[in-house]
Amino acid sequence: MRRSVEEKSSLEQRNVIVCRCEDVTLEEVRRAIAQGATTLDEIKRLLRAGMGPCQGRTCRELLARELAAHLGKPVGEIMPPTFRPPAKPVKLGLVSRMVEDVSSGDGDSSPEGGESR
Amino acid sequence: MRSRADAVIIGGGVIGSSIAYHLAKEGVKNVVLLERHSFCTGSTGRCGAGVREQWGSERNCRLAQASINAFERLTEELGYEGDIEFKQKGYLILAHTEKEWEQFKKNVALQNSLGIPSKLLTPREAKEIVPILNTDGMLGATYNRRDGHCNPFHTTWAYAQAARRLGVELQYFTEATGIRMEGGKVVAVDTTRGTISTPVVINAAGPWAKPVARMVGVDLPVYTQRHQILATEPTGPIINPMVMSFSIGIYCQQTPHGSIIMGIGDTREPKGYDIGSSWEFLREMSRIILRLLPVLESLRVVRQWSGLYTVTPDAHPILGGVPGIDGYYQAVGFSGHGFMLAPSVGRIISELVVGKTPFIDITGLDLGRFERGELQVEPSVV
Repeated sequence: MRRSVEEKSSLEQRNVIVCRCEDVTLEEVRRAIAQGATTLDEIKRLLRAGMGPCQGRTCRELLARELAAHLGKPVGEIMPPTFRPPAKPVKLGLVSRMVEDVSSGDGDSSPEGGESR
Repeated sequence: MRSRADAVIIGGGVIGSSIAYHLAKEGVKNVVLLERHSFCTGSTGRCGAGVREQWGSERNCRLAQASINAFERLTEELGYEGDIEFKQKGYLILAHTEKEWEQFKKNVALQNSLGIPSKLLTPREAKEIVPILNTDGMLGATYNRRDGHCNPFHTTWAYAQAARRLGVELQYFTEATGIRMEGGKVVAVDTTRGTISTPVVINAAGPWAKPVARMVGVDLPVYTQRHQILATEPTGPIINPMVMSFSIGIYCQQTPHGSIIMGIGDTREPKGYDIGSSWEFLREMSRIILRLLPVLESLRVVRQWSGLYTVTPDAHPILGGVPGIDGYYQAVGFSGHGFMLAPSVGRIISELVVGKTPFIDITGLDLGRFERGELQVEPSVV
């Protein structure tokens, strides 16, 4: 079956995943931009792109390139998104065992202890 | 940008966006909404995304009840092509002290008298709703099936886009720098992109409401305070309602996306504009939540952030005009629950602007109450 160029490009956009953590497609990104999104944070707020476990390490540059192309600006002029800790996903159980003071080495390491209220 | 408008709204969060939509719906379409960053950059996009009508004051109950009624049909009303992700799986509010249990009995009686179907539960009944809940030391809980979750980004965007279609101009990345007055009347708003002549200005600036109010000489009795929050990786459905405790000062809810959002209301937090994140929060949050919901231990924290509460002395918002300042309105001081009240508040403020009687009585929510000393403090806040 032969498809028109337009059909083909829209199919391609639907199939291109830009944010792998949150399954966001190129088509969705372009629609958000068409609706008025001009920054990476706006795309993130509307589509969750960059909110998954990798926190945008893969999609950030792809999204910046899309925005730059649409706005006719260099990629360097696209406002950087907000970066949030932790740098890597970390289990709740593990953070609950963080010691009071790393330097003293004798802090509270009990998962049950330390609630301060 | 328009140089003349019938109304200018300062603030592009959910409150300003809801006001913009309701004003346009009332027929006031030549409106400019000013936002110095983009939508949801202040408190809205940082909130816990919970929506409840289980409040301890009649005013908060009524504002929240009407808002939940609106949330139920908001996607359709606003013609939104996305999804505001409203889900009603309830709020389960835990009682660990005699004092809060006594307060909850009063709250539920009040809520029931207003038609809110909340109820008192035994720890065993609470565990039926959240089987993974550790009920040790719990005296009971309250539950309301109409409470739940809604996505703040989509809700705000839906309001803003609906407003824009009705004729409102959304001016993102534009900051209000001054409000001009002549003979006690608002006449214009100065912005980083020029001046807009307008007889009406609405302060919906969230944490920046105080500096905006100062532009018309109003001193708001509010302060801002950081509240920290985190989100986990998504997991299968394990917690239906929001689980909340006022005495422990926490809330925790699984979103439709599968991630679990949880936060602490730390009263020791200094006042100010700090919106950084701390590892101390991660540790304290994890310790508290693992005591209540131990199976979350193996779930990973993906992201932590913080936002500002704008707190009033009685934990109720300040709504409406100010005597002697013609054309100035405010919807400020939401004390951590602005998102869930936005549908009601947007409608009320727009009704005031066009000279109608608000659909909910807001007597006692004006700025003057602080001078008159007529404060009824909301007891049910995190």
